[in-house]
Amino acid sequence: MTEPLLKIDNLHVSFSTRRGVVEAVRGVTLSVQEGEVLGLVGESGSGKSVTGFATTRLLDAAGRVTAGKILFRGQDVTKLSSDDLRHLRGAAMSMIFQNPRSALNPIRAVGQQIADAILTHKRMSKEAAHAEALELLRAVQIRDPERRMAAYPHELSGGMCQRVMIAIAISCNPALLIADEPTTGLDVTTQKVVMDLLAAIASARGMATILITHDLGLAARYCRRIVVMEQGRLVEEAAPRTLFNAPRHPYTKRLVAASPTASSRIEDLVPEEERGYVAIGDRPKPPPAPGTPPLLEVRKLAKRFDQGAAAVAEFSMTMAAGESVGLVGESGSGKSTTSRMICRLIDPSEGDIVFDGQSIGHVPARDFHRSPFRKDIQMVFQDPNESLNPRFTAFDCIAHPLMRLAGLRGGDALRQRVEECAQRVGLPADLLPRFPHQLSGGQKARVGIARAIACRPRLLVLDEPTAALDVSVQAVVLQLLDRLRREDDLALLFVSHDLNVVRMICGRTIVLRNGAIVEQGESRALFDNPKSDYTRELVAAIPNIEIETRRAAAAL
Amino acid sequence: MSSLPALFGVLVFTFLLMRVLPGDPAVFFASGPNAGKEEVELIRKQMGLDKSVPEQLTLYLYDVGRGNLGRSMMTGQLVTKDLRERLPASLELTFTALLIALVSAVPLGVLAALKPGSIIDHGVRLFCALGVCVPTFVSGLLLIYVFYYLLGLAPDPTGRIDVFTSMPPSRTGFLMIDFLIAGDIDGWWAAFRQLILPALSMALFVIAPLARITRASMLVSLGSDFVRTARSVGLSWRHVVVTYALRNAILPVITIAGIVFSTMLGANVLVEKVFSWPGVASYALDALLSSDYAPVQGFVLLMASLFVLVNLTVDVCYGIADPRVSIE
Repeated sequence: MTEPLLKIDNLHVSFSTRRGVVEAVRGVTLSVQEGEVLGLVGESGSGKSVTGFATTRLLDAAGRVTAGKILFRGQDVTKLSSDDLRHLRGAAMSMIFQNPRSALNPIRAVGQQIADAILTHKRMSKEAAHAEALELLRAVQIRDPERRMAAYPHELSGGMCQRVMIAIAISCNPALLIADEPTTGLDVTTQKVVMDLLAAIASARGMATILITHDLGLAARYCRRIVVMEQGRLVEEAAPRTLFNAPRHPYTKRLVAASPTASSRIEDLVPEEERGYVAIGDRPKPPPAPGTPPLLEVRKLAKRFDQGAAAVAEFSMTMAAGESVGLVGESGSGKSTTSRMICRLIDPSEGDIVFDGQSIGHVPARDFHRSPFRKDIQMVFQDPNESLNPRFTAFDCIAHPLMRLAGLRGGDALRQRVEECAQRVGLPADLLPRFPHQLSGGQKARVGIARAIACRPRLLVLDEPTAALDVSVQAVVLQLLDRLRREDDLALLFVSHDLNVVRMICGRTIVLRNGAIVEQGESRALFDNPKSDYTRELVAAIPNIEIETRRAAAAL
Repeated sequence: MSSLPALFGVLVFTFLLMRVLPGDPAVFFASGPNAGKEEVELIRKQMGLDKSVPEQLTLYLYDVGRGNLGRSMMTGQLVTKDLRERLPASLELTFTALLIALVSAVPLGVLAALKPGSIIDHGVRLFCALGVCVPTFVSGLLLIYVFYYLLGLAPDPTGRIDVFTSMPPSRTGFLMIDFLIAGDIDGWWAAFRQLILPALSMALFVIAPLARITRASMLVSLGSDFVRTARSVGLSWRHVVVTYALRNAILPVITIAGIVFSTMLGANVLVEKVFSWPGVASYALDALLSSDYAPVQGFVLLMASLFVLVNLTVDVCYGIADPRVSIE
């Protein structure tokens, strides 16, 4: 076996924080061969990104490599002088970051930024660098590259920005490319295109790649070998197929189980003994008697923001009590706008919303908080960090709607109701006096849900409720939502871009594109046998573990 | 154009404010304390003060509309003429002060941000604190004491130019420029020596906000993802700090500089007084003390217009510096 390109030996990284030293990476050992694609998988806080940043010595000022070696072509990166490091970065190893829009200089033309990287490592004229930058833009398949050279990042889409970022990273043909969550935050179809491009470029130029991701499916699709990290330690290392079919470490098992796939059922996501509550049997509900009016009926809803084209047009749907409907589509498809109109946070331009037989579409959104229906329609927002008032404790957050909408005036009755809500979402009562920053992501998500169900709504609108959560937390939250739906006959309108999640939790799915309904129907049928090209494209773009492993098996 | 209503509001407000303030200009401008009742009445009539306030306001607005700001009782000249003579002096002082402040504050802020928590950072913080807490007239007097009285380096603080130098032909009103146009280097040097102390004492006062905002936005900029990207491809340290971090960090500084400039224009009255600088602010103060309505109203209108102009300039600068902002 030849000497590996990169060899990380017993790496320890710690961060000095206000609460003392935190060990982020505790003894990681791994190696990457020339031209190999390695997946580094783990949830937030597992130390996967820190390992990547330590390799390029881009850790924050607070972070320090306390022990271990990082050998790149036999040279210990941790001991390099800043001058040597500068010659290494970009030329021999480079990085691609999460959130491409902020990773590019907002006030410098993208062509200029690529040329900057080229000029740092190659002696050439500015014109030659410019020409090379143009070539790179072509290589990353940006349409109309001549014009895009002078564009600024804000004029490009997220996917385009990531292509520019890739162009910068590969500008000097480095031997090692470290991609840190390169497609998180991009739409599924864009995600696929960008990852395919990245994989093609890396293999064409013989670059070794470390793909850092939280998405097991993504890693399975593009990597030959996957390393799983948990709390700064490396817990398992295997080929994708072995990893998914026969995970050895308990953490890997949990992670594999929690990753939604095309065939997973909501009950399988979390092992029974860890659910924290007793699952009640799924009593199949009798279908509503014919003639029962639907809980929600939306007729030809449209929204036009000033001047522009319609964000949503001709949107009609019905929902029965206890039903769950998924609303999927890429960014800009109008799914969030629609959900906001339905829960009456913004006013529709046209059409009507009928809730429980009464038209609520014409009550101005500003006054809807006084409507008796406000407590029947509640919302759970995308980012649990941003949607909780930082000055409110968890108790205040849950109590607030009860005081405003249910007319509770403090005292024992209120306390009892809040505690009951907390208990229902599985939030321990001793966490109630805490402020949001003292809670974990999953706990905050629970507070958000407890707040939404506090007034016993009949319709819950969820806007990407699990997008910011780790898969294992997402699994628990999804189960919780499904249980609430069955217990309370709660209708769920679930807005998401994650098709696997929607397939699992929603009985029916509506696919939106450019503000119009492309396709709708019973979820399983819709995903298994999509009618429209767009849906087919969406389904094909989901990195899917089973299909991938089967394909890998076929290739062997 | 959209600022016209605001300007109008300022105009009416100052007018009414002046009428509410105690002091009767007619009595003040009468020939002496023992002027007879008839004489005071006569002056009042001349000044139009015998009419009702709404009537006075209408007349005043009519005059302003025709570009007539009235006549100063102190100087006996038209207010527009007085202001036109004195404005360049104030502007020259303020521009120089702002320039000094920016040239020293931005590097200080950058230095502090590059090594937060270091000796340099604390030194800059101390310097800024001193600059803010020492009033401009105290720092002005201190500068005069040290550079004029003790060291004898500076000329006596009596206006824009010493008595021995002849004024250059007035083209722009800015002495530094007029001397250059006239090719009179000695005169330029004399005027520069007069200018530097008052400008310095004014600059000291505004270095603090500028340096602090530079430091803060530089810290944000240095910690941003795109600076990390720049480092990840091995760009040189200078390139990272100047082209990537500083150019982004300078954007909020532009905004603050605009605000600081407007504040300085009005607040430099103390410096103008200490250095006998013939500027608009000291002119307005004298007018206010002698209940001379027209100059004060004219001054406020001038300041409001300048404020609008400065904001416009800042917006344009911002639009040039930041491609995300589109200029309409």
